[in-house]
Amino acid sequence: MAFNSADIAAFKNVWVFCEQRQGVMMPTTFELISEGRKLANELGVELCGILLGDNVDGIAPELGKYGADKVYVYNSPLLKDYTTDGYTKVIVDAVEEIKPEILLFGASNIGRDLAPRCAARLHTGLCADCTHLDIDMPNYKGFLKEASTLPAERIDKLGTVMINKEPHAVDRDLKMTRPAFGGHLMASIICPRFRPAMATVRPGVMKKRECPKTAEIIHPAFNLSAEDIQTNVTETVKAAKKLVDLIGADFIVSVGRGISKDVEKGIELGQALADELGGVLGSSRACVDAGWITADHQVGQTGKTVHPKVYVALGISGAIQHKAGMQESECIIAVNKNENAPIFEVADYGIVGDLFKVVPELIESIRAAKAAK
Amino acid sequence: MKIIVTVKQVPDTSGKVAVNPDGTLDRASMQTIINPNDMNAVEAALSLKDELGCKVIAFTMGPPPAEGMLRELMAMGVDEGVLITAREFGGSDTYATSQILAAGIDTYGVEPDDIVLAGRQAIDGDTAQVGPQIAEKLHLPQITYAGEITKNGNEITVKRILEDGYMTIKVKTPCMITCIKELNQPRYMSVGGIFECYQKPLVTMTYETLKDHPLIDKTTIGLAGSPTNILTSFTPPQKGAGMMLEGAGKETTDKLAGILAAKHII
Repeated sequence: MAFNSADIAAFKNVWVFCEQRQGVMMPTTFELISEGRKLANELGVELCGILLGDNVDGIAPELGKYGADKVYVYNSPLLKDYTTDGYTKVIVDAVEEIKPEILLFGASNIGRDLAPRCAARLHTGLCADCTHLDIDMPNYKGFLKEASTLPAERIDKLGTVMINKEPHAVDRDLKMTRPAFGGHLMASIICPRFRPAMATVRPGVMKKRECPKTAEIIHPAFNLSAEDIQTNVTETVKAAKKLVDLIGADFIVSVGRGISKDVEKGIELGQALADELGGVLGSSRACVDAGWITADHQVGQTGKTVHPKVYVALGISGAIQHKAGMQESECIIAVNKNENAPIFEVADYGIVGDLFKVVPELIESIRAAKAAK
Repeated sequence: MKIIVTVKQVPDTSGKVAVNPDGTLDRASMQTIINPNDMNAVEAALSLKDELGCKVIAFTMGPPPAEGMLRELMAMGVDEGVLITAREFGGSDTYATSQILAAGIDTYGVEPDDIVLAGRQAIDGDTAQVGPQIAEKLHLPQITYAGEITKNGNEITVKRILEDGYMTIKVKTPCMITCIKELNQPRYMSVGGIFECYQKPLVTMTYETLKDHPLIDKTTIGLAGSPTNILTSFTPPQKGAGMMLEGAGKETTDKLAGILAAKHII
């Protein structure tokens, strides 16, 4: 029988696309496995990884550590390099055959290339760059009460929506929440009429949690030939220098337009404070656009979303896009000359002053406070 | 050979954003701009036109005032505009939108030596889904996140940017490529261009124009044909005001360091 994405009852289990590059699992994969475990538990189903590559069996068992029940592994020299057409064919064929009800991808440059192509071929819905996922209604309502300004009465009433003039209960739908309009608005999206419900999930947002299981490794038969692939990858180059690990950092010191007076000195001071705290240097988009610092330092909507223990914003006014990327930090310290800068709205501690004066003193104070301990 | 570029008029979210009490965007009170990544796609098309003398056509779906954006693009050098507009198309999610745009592009015609370009993503939705989904509907190979594009006969070489480096990919025309801001610096309208832009052809495609296309079906377009639905939309709460420290001297930084030490943060 032909595949029918509208035959909801035929679909079961939660799948995670396990992205690897050059045979190394991407860190986001483990975050997604942990999140997928949560969803699978709420639905009472299995969590399965789908792993494509060339000779990648060796990295499959680790997925069990974070809660995968099964891993479907597809090995082929044709899958060594990521290609949209090759990966789409294998994943779509697998979904049509095994029929998962949920399919998650990391919102990486690869996940965001692959997921829309798969969703279009499968005729199902895809929600981009999600920052929160729920199945369970009480959990979802609890989340809304924390994370939204909606009145509690309205949240309590949620449960049934009209879809094409028919009432539809959303209990077992995946509620996919994401920022829109540069973080000014949040929206929870559902895919009520088709399966699998698909989402790409923003890297660094979901928490990796250990949940030891022994994942069953399965090698389904599949068809893929060279003619299926029209894009020819001639080289894959890793950036020579080590990229800044903002997502894993506990301490981030970011610089903004406020360093314009003396860019070199400003970056040096930001780095010195980051070093003192044992953290890394971040930046606002303005500094990247001005060419003062490379894009891998950028925090915010178009850069990275971070939630370190401490986030220090130096000379950053706090555009909504920037705030969207850092306001989940446990402790935010802002230094800005302008007392009306929006960054102070999200800061736990604010100092109105010139960063070029404040930062050297702050470094000294921190050193003294540490020594006194 | 021709180049088709898909573009979108979007509210300018970098400025002041107005939100209605019900949590939807107050579009009426906001400035509209041409989506920034689409400008990079247009520039890529115009650079290829400068080099090879091909025709460049801009496609957009939106309300009738989107014609103004198409005229602006013509003033930059785009040869022709296609506006897809119909009430039936309203409320479309990315799946339905790509279905309609693909039908429009297919109706116009994609020849073996053509290229379709798009911006990586639009700043209102930030989905980056419509480009790949149009490619799927048109059965074209796709390359997203293009940071460099070179053309040699019918072979296109693209430097595809990754978070940790890049890939070099070769593909034959016809193909779809999505563009990022690192690709180029978009040009401005020229005086001559502004003078000529209202003389250039603008085609309007309505539901009537496209309704017999195989991709267009009431179950695959508009709100009713969209696989995704909005359950709720809301504004996030502002975090409560923190502590503003008095002064900016050594006493202030000492006080802050003291608080951090007391909280075992340092």
